[in-house]
Amino acid sequence: MGAITQATAVLDRQGLAALVAALVAGGRTVVGPTVRDGAVVLAELTSAEDLPFGWGVELDAGRYRLTPREDGAAFAHSAGPQSWKAFLHPQREQLWSARRGPDGVPTFTETQPESRTYAFLGVRPCDLRAIAIQDRVLAGRPPRALDSARAGATPFPDRGYRQRRRGALLIAAECTEPGATCFCVSASGGPAADGGFDLALTEVVDDDGHRFFVRVGSEEGARLLDGVPHRSADLTTESVARGAVDAAREHMGRSLPPLDLRALMGESLAADRWDGIASRCLTCANCTMVCPTCFCTTTEEVTDLTGDHTERWQHWDSCFDLDFSLLHGGPVRASTRSRYRQWLTHKLSTWHDQFGSGGCVGCGRCITWCPAGIDITEEVAALAAERDAAADDQHTAHDDGSAHHDRGPQP
Amino acid sequence: MSAPTLAVFKLASCDGCQLTLLDCEDELLGLASQVEIAHFLEASSAVRPGPYDVALVEGSVTTPADAERVRRIRAESRSLVAIGACATAGGIQALRNFADVEEFRRTVYARPDYIDTLATSTPVSAHVTVDFELRGCPVDRGQLLEVLTAYLAGRKPDIPNHSVCFACKRRGTVCVTVAHGTPCLGPVTHAGCGAICPAYGRGCYGCFGPSGTANLHALIPLLRRDGLDRRAVERLLRTFNAPAFEEELRP
Ligand code: SF4
Ligand code: SF4
Ligand code: SF4
Repeated sequence: MGAITQATAVLDRQGLAALVAALVAGGRTVVGPTVRDGAVVLAELTSAEDLPFGWGVELDAGRYRLTPREDGAAFAHSAGPQSWKAFLHPQREQLWSARRGPDGVPTFTETQPESRTYAFLGVRPCDLRAIAIQDRVLAGRPPRALDSARAGATPFPDRGYRQRRRGALLIAAECTEPGATCFCVSASGGPAADGGFDLALTEVVDDDGHRFFVRVGSEEGARLLDGVPHRSADLTTESVARGAVDAAREHMGRSLPPLDLRALMGESLAADRWDGIASRCLTCANCTMVCPTCFCTTTEEVTDLTGDHTERWQHWDSCFDLDFSLLHGGPVRASTRSRYRQWLTHKLSTWHDQFGSGGCVGCGRCITWCPAGIDITEEVAALAAERDAAADDQHTAHDDGSAHHDRGPQP
Repeated sequence: MSAPTLAVFKLASCDGCQLTLLDCEDELLGLASQVEIAHFLEASSAVRPGPYDVALVEGSVTTPADAERVRRIRAESRSLVAIGACATAGGIQALRNFADVEEFRRTVYARPDYIDTLATSTPVSAHVTVDFELRGCPVDRGQLLEVLTAYLAGRKPDIPNHSVCFACKRRGTVCVTVAHGTPCLGPVTHAGCGAICPAYGRGCYGCFGPSGTANLHALIPLLRRDGLDRRAVERLLRTFNAPAFEEELRP
């Protein structure tokens, strides 16, 4: 993917349809938002007709509802039940197989990763950032700020991920109506696509019609745009589009407190709040499954009845599974408290040490899709309040000369 | 070395789990070539006496005679695998555990004195040591084959202990609780079915019993939020695995 160019254009609905048709004709598997089972899901699109024109969403913690929209917009929804990792980092993938020969010696065969050439249409800015994070984790691409010898460059890139990612074309859809669970602005992001795309669309529906302001992010994006009917960007469309994205920054549904979260996590390891969360958490793993950056997998060996043939499969795992930390003698993180804490501290703190950035892009999926409605922003705020209250206590205790009480392990 | 022997036994049950074994059409021939099926009345009336290498036991213990029989089965089996909700949790017939069996006997049967039954329906593990419990009503075909394959290979079966939600999300199903407000037992139910019900728009019924870390105390308020009253919650939890879910609720 080349550098971001300054090129802009405007597509109308026919232009968008032509864009999808061109991608399909070019042999790509086009994946984008479409309505299924009462939600805007990501699935293969055969034409632009499959896009969720006229559907919006109403989100809350543990709640998702589709709502019809008068304006017929196609991208007026926020992050849905899956993320693009379902395609780049599929839930189950065969790594190799082996067969025992007549002489008893096994032959191993590496399984070729399923290699579709994808075009992703309607990638939200938070998801662009999530893909960049998974690139560092799974494809071994070093974060810009660090040199590759240090944290961030995984020595064991995931072959399948790398192959699928290399071929994938990304068409972003910027956000003009953040959902009630969105908080990208407070997670070092925002509703504008700031890189890592081939084309970025901003949907505009007003008296001048239904159209898409397009920014070109790569040579491949430019070539694609050249092949479909479009016009040059007029000032009105551009200013309406940019204005709507700017305004969206002010309408975030939620926010993380503006604190040093790494320090907060480190100082909260013994917090009582974890017990409160544990009483509500179902350890169902929905949060990690929907999170666009959670990447953990485990492997399973599948043998046949004869014992002569075996396959190794990789599949999604979750730190909420007891077996995730199972060592000889039992799980290391047996309590729900310790498992939720592992998840949150990894996302907001130790992720920086490992991969050179935080692990949360503020998409809000874990809030919406937690059946219990546990809200990461609320929990972080509560942990901060507990720390501050304890600091106040300590201060008072210090003032009147009494010893401060032990709050357990501090890093 | 002769092939290991496999025996299949049935206590109080509907035969559904044994049928799952017969349903392994493609793999059944392969299985028959790897093991000697020594006792499987559902498939053949030819039986060989024990000892057996692996015994699959379906059904719960509801009579004094079965309590005795399961001890004999244990004594003559190297490995005993309990299969299905009846054998692992007492099954639907364990609803009697919450009622008065004497009253049933008097009301239902013309000759109550012909009925020789225990007051409770209990899992196999309440009577003898069990080497592995495979859950489900009925058990899942793929999981049953995995257990048998693992025993043949001398390794531990790879049967996850987590919730149905794991499978539901991997399958890409839209959560029926979050998107439709449908009550679902998935977050507390043991995986194994592949999350079939949510894929068809229904909530999970809990056929596989509680997962490794079922937080029922957290789920019940959510079931109430989604429109079930106290009685409806009780009915939902008291189906195939009633005593196992009851156990989870004990303080
Ligand atoms: S936080 Fe919510 S989604 Fe995550 S494991 Fe707990 S109950 Fe499940
Ligand atoms: S932790 Fe939650 S809000 Fe953050 S990226 Fe993951 S799913 Fe989105
Ligand atoms: S539908 Fe049920 S099993 Fe599936 S994710 Fe939702 S709560 Fe879990």
